[in-house]
Amino acid sequence: MREATTTTLSERLGAGGAAVREGTAADSVHGRVPRLVAAPPDTAAAAALLAAAHHHRLASVARGNGTAIGWGAPPLRCDLVVDTTALTGIEHAAGDLVVRAGAGTPLAELREHLARAGQRLTLDPLVPGGTVGGAVATGLSGPRRMAHGPLRDLVIGMTVVRADGVAASSGGRVVKNVAGYDLGKLHTGALGTLGLITSVTFRLHPVPPALRLVSAEAPDAAVLQEWTARVLRSAAVPAAVELRWPAGGPPRLEVLLEGSEGGIDARAAEVAALLTAPETADTPPPGWGALPGADRDTLLKITAPVANAAQAARDVRAAARAEHTEAAVGGSAGAGVLYAAVPAAADPAAVAGVVARARDALAGAGGSVTVARTAPGLAGADLDRWGPVGGLGLMRAVKDRFDPHRLLSPGRGPGGI
Amino acid sequence: MPEPLHTLLPRLRAICGEDGVITDTARRRTYESDGITYHAALPGVVVLPTSTAQVAAVLGLCAEHGVPFVPRGAGTGLSAGALPHTEGVLVVTSRMRSILEIDIANERAVVQPGVANLDITRAAAPHGYYYAPDPSSQQVCSVGGNIAENSGGAHCLKYGFTVNHVLGLEVVTPAGEVVRLGGKAADAPGYDLLGAFIGSEGTLGVATEITVRLMRAPQKVRTLLAAFETMDAGGAAVSAIIAAGVLPAAVEMMDALSIEAAEAAVACGYPSGAGAVLIVELDGPAADVDAQFEEVAALCRAEGAFEIRTASDAAERARIWKGRKSAFAAVGRISPAYIVQDGVVPRTALPEVLRRIAELSAESGIRVANVFHAGDGNLHPLVLFDDAEPGAPERAAEVSGAILDLCIEHGGSITGEHGVGVDKACHMPEMFTPADLETMDLFRGAFDPAGIANPEKLLPTPRLCGERPGVRKGVHPLVERGAAEQF
Repeated sequence: MREATTTTLSERLGAGGAAVREGTAADSVHGRVPRLVAAPPDTAAAAALLAAAHHHRLASVARGNGTAIGWGAPPLRCDLVVDTTALTGIEHAAGDLVVRAGAGTPLAELREHLARAGQRLTLDPLVPGGTVGGAVATGLSGPRRMAHGPLRDLVIGMTVVRADGVAASSGGRVVKNVAGYDLGKLHTGALGTLGLITSVTFRLHPVPPALRLVSAEAPDAAVLQEWTARVLRSAAVPAAVELRWPAGGPPRLEVLLEGSEGGIDARAAEVAALLTAPETADTPPPGWGALPGADRDTLLKITAPVANAAQAARDVRAAARAEHTEAAVGGSAGAGVLYAAVPAAADPAAVAGVVARARDALAGAGGSVTVARTAPGLAGADLDRWGPVGGLGLMRAVKDRFDPHRLLSPGRGPGGI
Repeated sequence: MPEPLHTLLPRLRAICGEDGVITDTARRRTYESDGITYHAALPGVVVLPTSTAQVAAVLGLCAEHGVPFVPRGAGTGLSAGALPHTEGVLVVTSRMRSILEIDIANERAVVQPGVANLDITRAAAPHGYYYAPDPSSQQVCSVGGNIAENSGGAHCLKYGFTVNHVLGLEVVTPAGEVVRLGGKAADAPGYDLLGAFIGSEGTLGVATEITVRLMRAPQKVRTLLAAFETMDAGGAAVSAIIAAGVLPAAVEMMDALSIEAAEAAVACGYPSGAGAVLIVELDGPAADVDAQFEEVAALCRAEGAFEIRTASDAAERARIWKGRKSAFAAVGRISPAYIVQDGVVPRTALPEVLRRIAELSAESGIRVANVFHAGDGNLHPLVLFDDAEPGAPERAAEVSGAILDLCIEHGGSITGEHGVGVDKACHMPEMFTPADLETMDLFRGAFDPAGIANPEKLLPTPRLCGERPGVRKGVHPLVERGAAEQF
């Protein structure tokens, strides 16, 4: 049964309604070309597809628009790419500030749809062109996470197809719901290693009427940290406190305020008074809040307690210099979650050195350094992408229960799960 | 005492000390139920550990002998999640009540699980900070219990639940292993086990150290009470506020029967003749709060509010909240017995669901008082009946169950803040498919393959599903003592 020809296999995988074709070089994941690519149109077809893949013990990797396909470690096997772009659909309950969207729905389309009702998913996509499923699978949260929480706090329900082809939901369509385990949290950021996300229900926020961005250039990390602390201690209630530190330039602190027209200028003035030579704008510049560096750079994710965020940024830059490369840093100083981009041209040993040095420097403060995405040339490099992971034994136990044959993006998850 | 437990006693005493192990029947009876007294069972043995090491040793012993354990905090839960196991160990965290650290620079507090929720805010307040999740029993409920139930409160419309405010946990697994999930920094690497652990109702282990987010106290808080002739008019005002893009800290609503009960009990002086009372609280930067406050008042007037009262200081706020906060206890005084229900509907379905509840009430002759978190559709219908009247308890239970059915029909949830516990385990199949439940059970099994962590809670079992949902009589003992408010 398991040694089926490609044609027979295609027929079996597509029996539930998925469109199946042979994989090409354009479908490769970290250089691995899948035997087949299948696009299910709905959850039922996705369930039938994964049940057939399970029967034939095919290893699957989920892909939306492909913007996050380079995230995580390369999968150890990739027989089938599950193309989620046909899993579309938006069910917007505007009066309830809730939306359910198919995993393949482009985030841009969702944003336009919600904006027509004066609402938004407060997600701040950091990578343009992505889908709902891709955003959730990578768990990437942008600047406004400071006020509204990371992406996982916005997910209130999820439908996922398990490795064995069983579709299951958790959560629901109401924000306040404590019935059952909140498995949506588990799948958020799991890089598709625990199930194929087919639809996600999110809580929404109204688009605030007024917005200001107050920013200033800091002379060094110590001042940056001091400013961050002052802003957090103020009564201004920022939506985001971002740090931008390009490889070749000085650091900047950018404080985003959102609220009513009547109150925003007073709050902006309060923040401005805490900084030196502040500038205030009515809109953020284009590309604001995007990841640092270029698309193909190796991207590190750095977390630190908020009182150490600027220091962590400085440590990572120092680690890069010590390895004769450089690092552009950006992210939420107010939430203590930063990204550092190491140029794509840096050799594997240098990247491994940056990671090791940064981990050493941050170890005392209680943060983490992980390799979120590797430059294309580093896909096969010997890198400790995760470092120490608390609860790894439990994570392995969860993976064993959900995917005992290791068919979903094997090797891509935490600790090589 | 069952034989397997008896043989463990010397070792439990070696771990927790003589005074940390309770075997005496009368003292064990103190722990036979949590806040939902209808469900009661005598615990096999009660232990009172004081440290993570003791909890780990106790759970390790349970694992070694296949003995079930049930974690318990302050016992204020309202779904029988801490109902003891008659042949198991009840692990009570009441001696683990130290606030280990208030770290203002990092906006975090580190506490032991037995710390009362409000004590975190008390410790942070001198620094201008507070801990946001505020279940109504916050004076006494434990933070560990809040984690088990993922508790909310009146302010979770804006600020979210426990899960949105916990950054780190030290957890003892059902195998007796100590595991750290997260810490003072956000986004710990790997799967979000922290997020999935919160709300797991003691079925995945025991949290022994908790790192929470502290929030800057708002610059200004303003509270408004609006009286309407009908519930529909009050509901329309809530919709108008949300549609205007205002996110209040709390939006609470009471119907005529609950107003009447509150009036009789605490003379809260709400506007006479009101068919519905709405309480809206706004907080944040002063300028924003003032601007939005005027907008909310105008929207209430436009939807037919015949009286609006405002409060800007703590004493005035307390007066407005008095009736709302006393409503549960007040109902206990006007009815010999009652069932408190906890269900959620999408907010837009509130008018339809409230009408159907009124119809159910009229058809059955069972009175239902409605007091609820209108902003997020979390209903707390109080189903009133006389337990001396033949057939009344059954009819009340039917009405209570039918209300949950209404919540599910309208795409809601069977519980918004009290948890599933034993009380609602049998309703889980109405909300989730067998595949959904099987998947949840797979997750549970990863933590607890032997099935000894708070067994028969949260997920349905055939034995449980022969039982009836909880009925309460009179005023809850904690409320009677002035130790808690219910709302």
